[in-house]
Amino acid sequence: MTTLTTSNPGNPGPVDVHKELHGDQLPRRAPLMVVGAGVVVAALLYVLADVNLLLAALVVFAISLVLPAWSAAVEGRRKATDRLVTVLVTSSFVLAMFPLFSILITVVSKGSKVLGIEFFTFSMRNVVGEGGGIYHALVGTLLITGAATVISVPIGLFTAIYLVEYSEGNRLSRWIRFLVDVMTGIPSIVAGLFAYALFVLFFGEGVRMGIGGSVALSVLMIPVVVRSTEEMLKLVPNELREASYALGVPKWRTVAKVVLPTALAGIVTGVTLAIARVIGETAPLLIIAGATDSVNFNLFDGRMASLPVFAYASQRNPGIPPEFSIDRAWGAAFTLLLIVMLLNLIARLVSYFFSPKGER
Amino acid sequence: MAKSIDVSDLNIYYGDFLAVEDVTIPIAAKSVTAFIGPSGCGKSTFLRSLNRMHEVIRGARVEGKVLIDGQDLYGSDMDPVNVRRMIGMVFQRPNPFPTMSIYDNVLAGQKLNSKRMKKSESDDIVERSLRSAGLWAEVKDRLDRPGSGLSGGQQQRLCIARAISVEPEVLLMDEPCSALDPISTSVIEDLIHELKTQYTIVIVTHNMQQAARVSDETAFFNLSGVGKPGRLIEVGRTQSIFSNPQDPATEAYIQGRFG
Repeated sequence: MTTLTTSNPGNPGPVDVHKELHGDQLPRRAPLMVVGAGVVVAALLYVLADVNLLLAALVVFAISLVLPAWSAAVEGRRKATDRLVTVLVTSSFVLAMFPLFSILITVVSKGSKVLGIEFFTFSMRNVVGEGGGIYHALVGTLLITGAATVISVPIGLFTAIYLVEYSEGNRLSRWIRFLVDVMTGIPSIVAGLFAYALFVLFFGEGVRMGIGGSVALSVLMIPVVVRSTEEMLKLVPNELREASYALGVPKWRTVAKVVLPTALAGIVTGVTLAIARVIGETAPLLIIAGATDSVNFNLFDGRMASLPVFAYASQRNPGIPPEFSIDRAWGAAFTLLLIVMLLNLIARLVSYFFSPKGER
Repeated sequence: MAKSIDVSDLNIYYGDFLAVEDVTIPIAAKSVTAFIGPSGCGKSTFLRSLNRMHEVIRGARVEGKVLIDGQDLYGSDMDPVNVRRMIGMVFQRPNPFPTMSIYDNVLAGQKLNSKRMKKSESDDIVERSLRSAGLWAEVKDRLDRPGSGLSGGQQQRLCIARAISVEPEVLLMDEPCSALDPISTSVIEDLIHELKTQYTIVIVTHNMQQAARVSDETAFFNLSGVGKPGRLIEVGRTQSIFSNPQDPATEAYIQGRFG
């Protein structure tokens, strides 16, 4: 502890520099102690007094609030506020994690037991009770989502390129932005009805087609692709465009060979997120792609199963005995989860390998 | 190679705002012309109008004539893309393409225009351009490394190599050393001395010593007040501008009394 005596006559007594700089502090482990105490109390209540889990969590939260009060008494107002906000933010984070982990654990525990070779290689054709698999739904989901991606990515990409590189903020671009925002808010069932109405025009009432599902999913996907691509293109520094122009490169080549490659990593991530957003859509596919027990590789002919619709149908009409069908529903849900995780992984890899070199 | 530029009665606008007014200036071939002046006086704007780069900014336009070898750059049948192929540019901040290697950065002018070349031919261009830019010795063993991994001064020389690899007639430099340390600056100034045997060079600089060191001709730009257009005050041999300026404003600026 350093003490320093000043010769300043207006200053009474020595100044404790250490105390001035460090102030009064709670022990380093104070947050751990308080939250630990909270967890112990909640656990005791849960075991002994039989309170429910929600109440126990609330008890932990309430006891955590002791920390800012304690801090206010020792450390003063500024640090107490800091502790209070830390408690609130952390609690919100934990709260947000609850549903995530709850879903993950439920899906994995209930879905993993049916997984196996048969589950992934057999359809549900002529299967009653045990056995069968999701091959037909897997094929359908991959085909429908793949076709939706093929439709959405060019449209979304070119729209974003127009907005950022060519529109110069004109009236049309403001309208496009507004309509894209409106499209973002379209309920998926409306997208499904739109696709159905569109296909009825050509093929008559009661039409069922995989490609219709792709059209419905594109309606949901395009705004996400446009928005994310637009943001990524805006991040490309203008200096790179100017450098390219100054070399006598026409604008379209500048966009194609300088702007897009520079933004590629972000664009791919955006597209992947858009795919993840639509791959679990049930309602539009239920309307336009329908449900079937058989494998259908033709997007343009007849009903096509998909994982979400399969899960829904298996849960809804499980047959007798119901447990096999319900197990398969969970298995389908788990598979869907795996696909989305795989997509995210691929997007990470792509953005790692394609991001501008020297900056990663 | 190397052409002279004749600018007459050039007015440059951003929308309705007149940024640079009534510039008439001859720029000699195979020489270095420096533009000096306080911030906001329009020297960069004027420089960018010499290869139609200012048109990239929305609403920017030009009245008057810029003749290169007797051809009006702003003639109705002139393609700005071709103009920029003939008049290269180096920017204030080094801006190598981050997705490309050093090799590809030098060849960017050809690659981005999808020009087909034999490997030996492109190797030649890369080596020649990097040698001219004084960077060859430092990077010859790592041509496949990303250009953004170089130091600031090296990046700027890479940008110069990129600009001269397309063999322009004129090289415009917009404060090429303002983001660099003194050592890199002196390397680039030496480079400018060497390049002027082949190219017509126009350089904008905030640094009067630099103008005195590198240029043959100096043009002083000034603006009479905030919101007023910038004007060309005086142009002449660098030596006479610095030792015997005709205009009191030039003298005041050169002596560091404003700007």
